[in-house]
Amino acid sequence: MKISIASGKGGTGKTFIATNLASYIAERENTVLVDMDVEEPNSGIFIKGDNIHSEDKFKMIPEWESKNCTLCGLCQDVCNFHAVLKVKDGIMVFPELCHSCYACSELCPHSSLPMKPVKIGTLDHYRKGKLDFIESKLNVGEEQAVPLISQTDAYADYHLKNKIRICDCPPGTACPAIESVKDSDLVILAAEPTPFGFHDLKLIIKAMQKIGKRIAVVINKAGIGNDDTEIFCRENKIPVIAKIPHYRKLAVCYSKGELVYDRFGFMQTEMGKIYSHIKEIAK
Amino acid sequence: MKIAFTTKGKGWDAEIDPRFGRTEYIFVYDEESGNIEDIDNSGVSEHAHGAGPMTAQIITEKNIDILITGNGPGGNAERVISAAGIKTIAGAGGMTVKQAYDAYKNKKLN
Repeated sequence: MKISIASGKGGTGKTFIATNLASYIAERENTVLVDMDVEEPNSGIFIKGDNIHSEDKFKMIPEWESKNCTLCGLCQDVCNFHAVLKVKDGIMVFPELCHSCYACSELCPHSSLPMKPVKIGTLDHYRKGKLDFIESKLNVGEEQAVPLISQTDAYADYHLKNKIRICDCPPGTACPAIESVKDSDLVILAAEPTPFGFHDLKLIIKAMQKIGKRIAVVINKAGIGNDDTEIFCRENKIPVIAKIPHYRKLAVCYSKGELVYDRFGFMQTEMGKIYSHIKEIAK
Repeated sequence: MKIAFTTKGKGWDAEIDPRFGRTEYIFVYDEESGNIEDIDNSGVSEHAHGAGPMTAQIITEKNIDILITGNGPGGNAERVISAAGIKTIAGAGGMTVKQAYDAYKNKKLN
């Protein structure tokens, strides 16, 4: 069971919901929390556990070997991303543009572009009671988050398959967000009921509907903004499964990196509602 | 010297496009032969990534000695341009090609 917590706008409460929900569920069954926002992971601020495994993550990049190259230029013709270019009497590779598709390497008639691993980041696996927490970090300056996101997902698939998985996704509707929700059984959208939040919520709803994802909305900071989000969800038959009030004491805890699922009665109630919805879907 | 300019249109009166990778046209002037050429680079707009190296490659294929542009090429394009031994002169944004050429000749650009 894979549940993704996504949002259109940033700062609507993805990490807040993901960390608290995962911790709530972990008191009931084995749970995995995966921080898919590898460009700026911050679930780790709230989840402290024993580091049980660390590994470096790589992507494969072609490296030009001049020896047998005839400068035929086939490599640049087959590259969809302009990551391989024939410049004068050499072949240049642009690692930031490369999508590791292997086309140039496989199709080169003289095997002059062997693929070599390049480190793009790290993955850490922590454990705290029944909660496994996986956090990957993309190296600063690395442009593509997708390869690390997919490898992080693969790690969880391989090592922690039969546990309920909560994914804290990157914001927006671009490749990193889409990659993160892949294979999710449910995408929970963290919605902030402001005009800006509503605008971006509609974008992510559209994106999720296009790729055929089951969605549900959690309204966070309820009480600010207006009712547009709720009206929209009602009219479009999108379930609003929980509402977390805008509450100063809670924000203060969050700002200190503290979990709140067990400290406020209403948080227990709202997390319980989300958990029930997940259980309903799992049936 | 063979000089390339990034431009928003055709000919000597076109305005310099300050962008390198996504320049609309490339104007090429061969000082020895006096030949000029306008290269349409608008196809680059269809590509979300890699515009810099693509445009740089077009320039290297024309055996250019000097590139006159506005903001200057980004990192990837710069790698291609320096590998080809082309000298880059930036800061011509807003000028016409003619003005940029004169400014370069009078050493007002570097």
